[in-house]
Amino acid sequence: MGAKARRPAGPPARRAIQLRYLAHARSGDKGDTANVGLIALQPAYYPILVKEVTAARVARHFKGMLTGAVDRFELPNLRSLNFLLHGALGGGGTLSLKTDAQGKVFSTALLRMEVPIPTDIDV
Amino acid sequence: MRVASGQGFWGDWLEAPVRQVEGGPIDYLMMDYLAEVTMSIMQKQRSRDPSRGYASDFVPLMERILPTIVERGIRITANAGGVNPQACAEAVVTVARKLGLAGRMRVGIVAGDDIMDRLDELIERGHALANMDTGEPLRVVRERVLSANAYLGAAPIVEALGRGANVVITGRVTDTGLTLAPLIHEFGWTGDDWDRRAAGTVAGHIIECGAQCSGGNCLVDWESIPGLEDPGYPIVEAQEDGTFVVLKHPGTGGRISVASITEQLLYEMGDPHQYITPDVVADFTTIQLTQHGKNRVRVSGIRGRPATEFLKVSIAYFYGYKAVGTLVYAWPDAYKKAQAADRLLRARLARLGMEFEEVLTEFVGVNATHGRLAGSPDPDAPEVQLRIGVRARDRAPVERFSREIAPLILNGPPSVTGFAGGRPKVEEIVAYWPALIAKSEITPRVEMLDA
Repeated sequence: MGAKARRPAGPPARRAIQLRYLAHARSGDKGDTANVGLIALQPAYYPILVKEVTAARVARHFKGMLTGAVDRFELPNLRSLNFLLHGALGGGGTLSLKTDAQGKVFSTALLRMEVPIPTDIDV
Repeated sequence: MRVASGQGFWGDWLEAPVRQVEGGPIDYLMMDYLAEVTMSIMQKQRSRDPSRGYASDFVPLMERILPTIVERGIRITANAGGVNPQACAEAVVTVARKLGLAGRMRVGIVAGDDIMDRLDELIERGHALANMDTGEPLRVVRERVLSANAYLGAAPIVEALGRGANVVITGRVTDTGLTLAPLIHEFGWTGDDWDRRAAGTVAGHIIECGAQCSGGNCLVDWESIPGLEDPGYPIVEAQEDGTFVVLKHPGTGGRISVASITEQLLYEMGDPHQYITPDVVADFTTIQLTQHGKNRVRVSGIRGRPATEFLKVSIAYFYGYKAVGTLVYAWPDAYKKAQAADRLLRARLARLGMEFEEVLTEFVGVNATHGRLAGSPDPDAPEVQLRIGVRARDRAPVERFSREIAPLILNGPPSVTGFAGGRPKVEEIVAYWPALIAKSEITPRVEMLDA
């Protein structure tokens, strides 16, 4: 018998993967709030995004980079999540001194986040 | 029934409207020129010269396409009028006459959005015009207000089209209204047909940023998107029932896919259940997208709810000053040199007693866009750009900061370059104050000007 067959039954093995392999994204601004739309690359990935990319985890990911809270909205029709990152833009609009004053590339910063995925999902 | 997008912002590709008119059949061309702070720039221009205050690029563009659009019966909706739609319309009429189109076309003017002269009266009558983000009443910054405009909806554009305008030039009208109005006009949608109005609004949102839905700034498979040297700007092909297809002219570059449209739908999105415009409250969680052939995406299922009793008001006010300076440090130890220069500069500013509301340092190539998420910098980085910005209510400290960058070239860390641009420019900050006002207070004005 091979080693594989002797493995005890238990929760399926999991691995962590960067969101960039599960989703694409676009962001924009409204005042000092950046929005990040996170879009599943495959239908099978959407439930993973819903389960793993919670508002709390996104807030943790951006810890120290936001002065406000994170809101999350679900758009199952577009296999997307929309995040509002409050206080992300150094005052926003014309006040901000940041290179990314309008949050145009905040989206890609979210794609760095790592999430656990089941091993039976093909990425 | 086809509405094409010609400009996604003031400064967009000048060839796009010409390509849209000449590249295949369209019925309408919409052009979006106004961003949140654009109105205050235009207000400043008009205060210096009463014949200005609109998107000046629009007039030479009209010179290129007017003969064709009049010939083919294509009609234009554009918020190029800024704070002076009358002057913009007069300039277009002058061009039309020069082109021999006298008696063959009319320009519609949509105004009534400008409430700058009414602010005191409105405040006196109990309209706080409170900041939607902070709740503060407008009187806090009243003395420093530079422009104030209500966002009008589709209705006055529909009226101008009904009165035979070939070109409708508006002041502060919502971006989406420029697309929705032609659909209401052509299909005769009624005022309480919320689902169709929501559909027309979503159509407007998809195409209002030009090529950003048709392959431009598209993250999915970006390297494989073909022909972006000649990007096809989007066109909405709409049905009376509110369903529509987004497409582009044959032979153009770019890509229209469910993914590219989804990215644009989520751009600047707030609560997707309620996308609020003067015309309707659209529910983005009802949108269904299907690929309907190559570079064609079908959009359906959109639901809407009654519009609110309010209009958004965009108010710009003077805030203070800012400046951003940059220097480039080269290998070896590029990042360490840039960090050392930042420390020196901050120490010098402190010794001068300069006070700022904020001093922000970014290291371009290390952390400017992703902050700490970018991880540890490459110790062998070939170069790092030091970028320091300051903001203050007074001009003096910002002015002095702008003179403290150049000295670092000779009296700071070594291997520094990239100062060709000269001293950082001291910029006036015009800040944005979003507020709401009751619709009953605002009366849009529609006028016609014959060529």
